Amino acid sequence: MWITNLPPFVVFFVFALFAPVLKGRLRVLLLLAPVWGGLNLAMTAADSGGVTWQFTDLILDLYYIDRLSLLFGYLFHIAAFIALIYSLHVKDSVQQVSGLLYAGSALGAVFAGDMLTVFIFWELLAVTSAFLIWARRTPEAIRAANRYVVIQVLSGVLMLTGVIMLYQQTGTLRLAYIGLEGTAAWLIFIALGIKCAFPFFHTWLTDAYPLATPTGTLYLSAFTTKVAIYLLARTFPGEPLLIYIGAAMTCFPIFYAVIENDLRKVLAYSLINQLGFMVCGIGVGTALALNGAVAHAFNDVIFKGLLFMTMGAVLTRVGHVNGSDLGGLYKTMPRTTVFCLIGAASISAFPLFSGFVSKSMVMAALLEQEQIIVWLMLLFASAGVFHHAGIKIPFFAFFAHDSGLRPKEAPLNMQLAMAIGATLCILIGVHPEWLYSLLPWENDYSPYDMTHTLTQLQILFFSALAFVWLNKQGLYPPELRSVNLDVEWLYRRLLPSSGRRMVNSLVSARSSFRRNARIIADQFARRSTPMPTGTVTILTRRMAWVFIALMLLVVGSLVL
Amino acid sequence: MSHQHEDKGLFDDPRVVTWILRVFYVICAALVLADFIVHRHIYTSLEKIPAFYAIYGFVACVLLVFAAKGLRNILMRKEDYYDPEVGQNLKTKEDDQ
Repeated sequence: MWITNLPPFVVFFVFALFAPVLKGRLRVLLLLAPVWGGLNLAMTAADSGGVTWQFTDLILDLYYIDRLSLLFGYLFHIAAFIALIYSLHVKDSVQQVSGLLYAGSALGAVFAGDMLTVFIFWELLAVTSAFLIWARRTPEAIRAANRYVVIQVLSGVLMLTGVIMLYQQTGTLRLAYIGLEGTAAWLIFIALGIKCAFPFFHTWLTDAYPLATPTGTLYLSAFTTKVAIYLLARTFPGEPLLIYIGAAMTCFPIFYAVIENDLRKVLAYSLINQLGFMVCGIGVGTALALNGAVAHAFNDVIFKGLLFMTMGAVLTRVGHVNGSDLGGLYKTMPRTTVFCLIGAASISAFPLFSGFVSKSMVMAALLEQEQIIVWLMLLFASAGVFHHAGIKIPFFAFFAHDSGLRPKEAPLNMQLAMAIGATLCILIGVHPEWLYSLLPWENDYSPYDMTHTLTQLQILFFSALAFVWLNKQGLYPPELRSVNLDVEWLYRRLLPSSGRRMVNSLVSARSSFRRNARIIADQFARRSTPMPTGTVTILTRRMAWVFIALMLLVVGSLVL
Repeated sequence: MSHQHEDKGLFDDPRVVTWILRVFYVICAALVLADFIVHRHIYTSLEKIPAFYAIYGFVACVLLVFAAKGLRNILMRKEDYYDPEVGQNLKTKEDDQ
């Protein structure tokens, strides 16, 4: 029955083939994909023989397994399982198919043993995920998906160039530590950086994620960026530059998140903030820090997914997620409210919730390395993330002023998916040793000592106190229907408008040239009609032509 | 958690909100007091400041909000800045229902 050493992506790709046929209640069968895939993974994990694919004289390593890829493998199976339950009610088979292909591509990239296989799945990730945004089918979503695809494919092209250069230098395609030296390494680094949403490369994420379908955003939040984190951990661990990039990533998005109105966009910004913690941990590069980074990636998929699911439920029922037009939804969506609060507690790293057990590892690793300034930045970001994701999201959506909206509670399958996510958040928070036992590096870390718990509670409660105080004083910025400028302005405004100006000037130059040419042509045309008669006139006309030809010859010889 | 049969929810009652806030203030005070009682591991000299984390959390958030409000003056544009049709179809139903 079990096909041993089946590369995990195959299962998902096969199910994607059948997805359009499975309608109505039969859609439940799609859940077999992550279940079967997960069992297959668990059973073959012990003997990691590997599967290769010969392609002329190149051998592609489709299935390479170690503790790091296995952790992400399990994570992606869980994420796909939750996302499939969440999308059971969706009738649009485009989303089912692209969701499965997308999850499969992520698994393919994670279990790839060489850089070329990584590249293939890197591009598949880009294309399959874009359909989840196109599937929203609003004009703005379609345009956002187009921009998204361009940037994602650009990342792939950079990666391919880097991989080819690296192959020429080293003669091997093996996926292993690279380190930042030489052009090839930098190209791969930037390719990873784009998908990891490094500052200035991050706007594809905040642009496209809030515009996907509810299911689409859930899938998107789980895979692309986490594959990038996995590859960073594999190829650039301990790169000091990553510490500073990560610290910047934790801090700058929270300013945007405070003033952003679209609550899914707030979550997109806080996704970058969480990625910052992971990038920082990879930059530190000690066993504790790397464990912290991948553990945080694991938890982030689940709690960020949970938060996106709750906002997706609101979007499904209300039709929008603008903080300015929501409020009081706890009355009719009580369960979604509770799930959102659990997600909020997890992302803010409350003790006994999942964020606490992984974020504290990164923080502790920074203290061990005496990176005090970066540590202070991350502490600032921790307070900030509680402020916007922990308080603002639940407060403005479910409490705050009564918007008068009385939507129904989320569909049952959505509630079930949220319940699974919420349970995992609490289970991992209460029993972190389950997650710790899966971590790739040797380390004995215990998050629940008095100091950690007390200091974390202090920082969280006083962040909340700041929120309460600012609200009471009327100092808290109101939610306004607006859009905030970001780096995307460069390619959504500056580039098109300067391009348009250039096209306009070219068009006007062409039309003025045509006008002048027509005037000259008219001159000749007028002379030719009425037909001149008499030998002298005809001679004069021929003489004129000869004269012009001579002049052209003279000018030509002078120029040359 | 909520009264399904009537329009007023639990948190619309100002007395409930007041009580929640009172409990919250007491917890805040308790956390600061605990700082003086519990022995805390010190990793950096900054942490020797009494209730360092509480002060840092509060100040960080207030500064964050003020800075973000300031940023609004520079960054905020109308909702239809990039896409003219945004905001007009606010209440349209989702496609994938």
